[in-house]
Amino acid sequence: MKSDKKLRRYHASVWNEPIIMEMGHRGERGITIPEVEEEIGEAVGDAESYIPTKMRRKQNPKLPEISQPHVLRHYLRLSQQTLGMALNIDIGMGTCTMKYSPIVNEELLKLPQFAHLHPLQDEDTVQGVLEIIYKFAGFLGEISGMDEFTFQPGGGAHGIYTNACMIRKCHEVRGELKQRREIITTLFSHPADAACPATAGFDIITLYPDPETGLPDVEALKAAVSERTAGLMITNPEDTGIFNPVIDEFVEIVHEVGGLCAYDQANSNALFGIARAREAGFDLCHFNIHKAFSSPHGCMGPACGAVGVRKELAEFLPVPVVTSDGTKYHLDYDRPHSIGKVRQFLGNIQTIVRAYAWVMSMGAEGLREVSETSVINTNYLIKKMLTVPGVTMAYPKQGIRLDQVRFSLQKLKDDTGVGTDDVARRIVDFGVQEYFKSHHPWVVPEPFLPEPCETYSKEDIDYWITVIRHVCEEAYVNPEMARTAPHNQSIARIGEEALNDPDEWAMTWREYVRKHVDERENAGPCLSRGKS
Amino acid sequence: MSKDKESVHPYIPNSVPEIREEMLREIGVKSVEELLTVIPERLRLNRSLNLPKPLPAEFELRIHTEETLSRNEACKEYLNFLGAGCWQHYVPAVCDEIAHRAEFVTAYAADTHSDLGKWQAFFEFQSMMGELLKMGVVSLPTYDWGSAAGFAIRMASRITGRSEVLVSRTISPERLAVIRNFCQPEVMPGHIDVRLIDYDPETGLLDLEDLERKISSKTAGVYFENPSYLGLIESQGRDISKTAHDYGSECIVGVDPISLGVLAPPAEYGADIVCGDVQPLGIPMNYGGGHGGFIASRDEVKYVSEYPLQLVSITKTGREGEFGFGLCTHERTLYMVREKGRDFTGTTVGLWTVVAAVYLALMGPKGMREIGEVIVEKSHYAAKLLSEMRGIKILFSPQFFKEFVVNFDETERSVRDVNKALLKRRIFGGKEITKEFPELGNSALYCVTEIHTKGDIEKLASALGEVVE
Repeated sequence: MKSDKKLRRYHASVWNEPIIMEMGHRGERGITIPEVEEEIGEAVGDAESYIPTKMRRKQNPKLPEISQPHVLRHYLRLSQQTLGMALNIDIGMGTCTMKYSPIVNEELLKLPQFAHLHPLQDEDTVQGVLEIIYKFAGFLGEISGMDEFTFQPGGGAHGIYTNACMIRKCHEVRGELKQRREIITTLFSHPADAACPATAGFDIITLYPDPETGLPDVEALKAAVSERTAGLMITNPEDTGIFNPVIDEFVEIVHEVGGLCAYDQANSNALFGIARAREAGFDLCHFNIHKAFSSPHGCMGPACGAVGVRKELAEFLPVPVVTSDGTKYHLDYDRPHSIGKVRQFLGNIQTIVRAYAWVMSMGAEGLREVSETSVINTNYLIKKMLTVPGVTMAYPKQGIRLDQVRFSLQKLKDDTGVGTDDVARRIVDFGVQEYFKSHHPWVVPEPFLPEPCETYSKEDIDYWITVIRHVCEEAYVNPEMARTAPHNQSIARIGEEALNDPDEWAMTWREYVRKHVDERENAGPCLSRGKS
Repeated sequence: MSKDKESVHPYIPNSVPEIREEMLREIGVKSVEELLTVIPERLRLNRSLNLPKPLPAEFELRIHTEETLSRNEACKEYLNFLGAGCWQHYVPAVCDEIAHRAEFVTAYAADTHSDLGKWQAFFEFQSMMGELLKMGVVSLPTYDWGSAAGFAIRMASRITGRSEVLVSRTISPERLAVIRNFCQPEVMPGHIDVRLIDYDPETGLLDLEDLERKISSKTAGVYFENPSYLGLIESQGRDISKTAHDYGSECIVGVDPISLGVLAPPAEYGADIVCGDVQPLGIPMNYGGGHGGFIASRDEVKYVSEYPLQLVSITKTGREGEFGFGLCTHERTLYMVREKGRDFTGTTVGLWTVVAAVYLALMGPKGMREIGEVIVEKSHYAAKLLSEMRGIKILFSPQFFKEFVVNFDETERSVRDVNKALLKRRIFGGKEITKEFPELGNSALYCVTEIHTKGDIEKLASALGEVVE
C-alpha cells in the first residue's frame, strides 16, 4: 500500500484517569473560600439561623476532596484525551464547518470589559458590546439580505425553534394559527427542522429526496401545501452539498398558500457574497455562528443560532432587540407582538464578539475567498476520493458540490463487510477526528459526509484522503482491523449494550456504584482503577 | 471570477494563487466560477458585499476590538449588586485555565474513543451534580435554566398525560417567558396551560391555599424555585410536593446549585424533577453568555425515556477494567427519529459543562458548604445595613439566600433614580422589579455573594445613604 509511508504514527494519550469520584483523600481541598469578616459574623450570627430547619442540608454533598494540583492535572489529562479541531484535520464533520477559530478572538473574550459584564447593567455602561451586537447584526443583514436579527438562541436547533415560534406567532396574530398547523421540511434538512417546529406544536411533513437528483421534488411540495401550511423550514445546500436550483420556486409555492419560509443556513459556508436568503425569497433565516462564523464548537457549545427576519416579521423577534438612534445603542423591549424570550438575556454574546472580529478580519473579499475556497476544496476532495476503492458518491449525476459531499461506503461493505461505522472508528487511529456519517434515516447507505472548509490546506485534504484510502484498502486485505477499531486511542472499543439497559446504564457515579459495585463487592474486583 | 490576489489571508492556506490554480486544474475546471454555475444567475448576488474595510492585521484587529470593548464598564471597576438570573461569583483560576484549553474549546461531537476526555468530564459533571442534588440521573445541560424548566414541564406533561402546569408566581419573569413559548398558544393541540400560583404577601413564600385551589387531577406538574427569584428560601417544599403527589402530579423544583451546600437538595423534600443553571459554578457572566440549564431526576425508566437532552452513561470497553462512555437511550432524541423524538436538543453548552465539573471538583463537600454559608452571612449583613437606613425596607421574611427585595417606597426616590445615582458612584444597584412585581411597589432585587467584602457592602450602604437621604 503505497500510501502507507505518508501516514502518521499516531497514538492518543493514554492516562487511565480514574473517575474523579474516586480521587483525592478526605480533608484535601481544591480552593479556599473567602472568609467572612469578624464584624459581619458578630453582626449577623451564623448562616444556619437564616435557613429554616427543614430546609438545611444535613450532610455535606459526597463530592470528591482533591488538592488543586490534582484537579488541574486530572482535567489537563482529560483535555489531552480530547481531539479538538485545533489539533487535527477535522474534515470529516460535514454540516459542522470545523473551521479555525482565531486565537486572538479568544484573547478578546478574556478582557474584563467582556467577561465581567452583567447582562442587566445600565445601557450606558455596555455601549461597547451593544455596538458589536448592532454592527454584527448589520453584517449578517448584508450577508443574508434579512433586515433584523436576534442572537438569543443558544445553538442551531434553538435558532430553528425560534423561527418556528415566530412563524407560530405570525399566524396567531393573523388569526390563522388554528388552521395553519403544518410545517414542511426535507429529509436532508437537519432533523431539528422537523423536531423544533414539532416542539412548537406543528405537524411535520417531510419531503424525501429524489433518488436521481438527491433534491426534494417540486411536485411533492405542490402536493403537500394547502391552507394548512404554516411554513417551510429547509436548508440549501442540503446535507448533501447539492444546491437546490429551484429553491425560489419552493419558496413561492409556499408563499402562494400563505405560508412563511425559514432558511436554515447551517450550510452557508460556500455562499458568502454569492447567494443570499433574500434573493431566494425567504422570510426568516438562521446562521450557526459557531460554524461558518468561526466561533469554536466548545465540546457542543456555548453557541448561537443567529436568527434574521424581513422587516415585516421583525415585530415577532424575541426581546430585547439592540437598536441605535445614531449616537447611542439601546435595548428595545417595546415589541407587543414579540414571542417574548427563548433564552434569558441576550444570548451567548461571546460568540458574537468572536464572529464580529472574524468578519472584520475577512472583509467582503475575504468572505468571498472563504466560500470559493470551500467549494474548490470540496470538489478537489471529490475528485480524489472517487479513486478510493469502495467509495462512491451519492447522486453522482449531480457533478458539483458546494460546501460538503455525501459519499457511500456500501460498495466497501458489500466487498469486505466493513461499513461506515467501522471506517469512522478506524480513521482516528491515524490522527484525524472521526467523520460524521449522517442523520437518520440513512437514505444513502453507509454514508459519510466530509466538509473540507477553507481552513484546510491541499496537503491536509490529501492526508485525509490517504487515511480513508488506507482504511479502505486495508478492509480488502484485513477487514478485522476496521471491525475491531480503534486501536490507537485512549480506550478500546466501548460496549454499547449497557446504554439501553436500565439495569446497566449509569448517568452518575452514585448509580454506577449502586448498580455495579455494591452488588459485586464480594464477587471480585470492580471496574475501579484506583487512584493515580 | 479570476483571482489575482496580492495578499493571502492567514486563515486560508489555499488562497495562495498557485495552489488554487493547481486544485482547479485537478478538478478539471478553469475557474471557480465554473463550479458556481450550479447556483442559477437569478439567485446570485451580483455585487460585492458591502462590509467595512477589513483589518487583516491581527494587531489592528485587536486594537480595534479592544477599543470597542473598552467602552464597557465591567463589574470590576464597578461594584455590582445585580443578580436576577445571572450572578457574579468568583471564577477559580483553574476553571478559567481549563475553559481555555484548545482541546476542549475546539472539540465538537465526536464519540468517546477519540474524545474520551470530553466524555469523562461530562460524566463527572453529571456525577458531581448527582451528589449535590442526590439524584441518580443528571442531563447534559441545555441553553439555560428557563429552557431546562420548559423541557422539565413538557416531560411532566408527557409522563402524566396531562396538559396543565402550576407555576409559582415568584419565578423569574424571563424564565416564565421561555416556559410560555414551550407551552404553546391555546389553539395548539399540544398546548399546556400555565397557571400561576400566588405567593403569601407576608412571607413571599408559595401560597399553599392558592395551590390547593388550583391543583386538580388535570395538573401535570407543580413548578417552584428554591431559592425563588425574589431570593427567598421556600420552606414548604415538603407540603408542596405532597399536594402535588396527592393529585398524581409531578413536583418540579428549580434550584441555584451554589446554594446546595447549605440548602437541602429538593429530592429530600419530594421533588421528582429538578432543574437549574450552571452559571454560578465557575463560569464568568460573559454579559449573559455563561448559562446552561440542567435537568435531573431519579433513575427510573419513566423519566429517562422522556428527557429531550443527552444523557451520558458510563460503560465498559473491550479492555478489562477500562471505562468508556456513550449516550443513554439515544433513540429518543431528534438525531435518531426527527420529529418523533422528545422535543429537541443540539449544540448547547458543552464547554460550560466541563468548567462546572472542574468547579465542583475544586470546591468539594466543604467548599460547597462554606461558600453557601459565606453568601448567606454576607447577604444578610447587607440586608441588615440597608434595613437600618431611613425609608429603606427589606421585604418578606429574613430567610433568603443571596438575593433580597429592597423597597424604596418611603424614600421619595424611584428605583430608577436611585440606580442612576449609584451608577455615578460606580455601583450597579439591584435590579428594578417595579414592572415585574408592581404590587411590591418601588423595589429592587439586590444580590450579594462571596465576592463582596465588608467594605463593598458598607460602600453600598453609605452611597445609598447619600442618595436617599
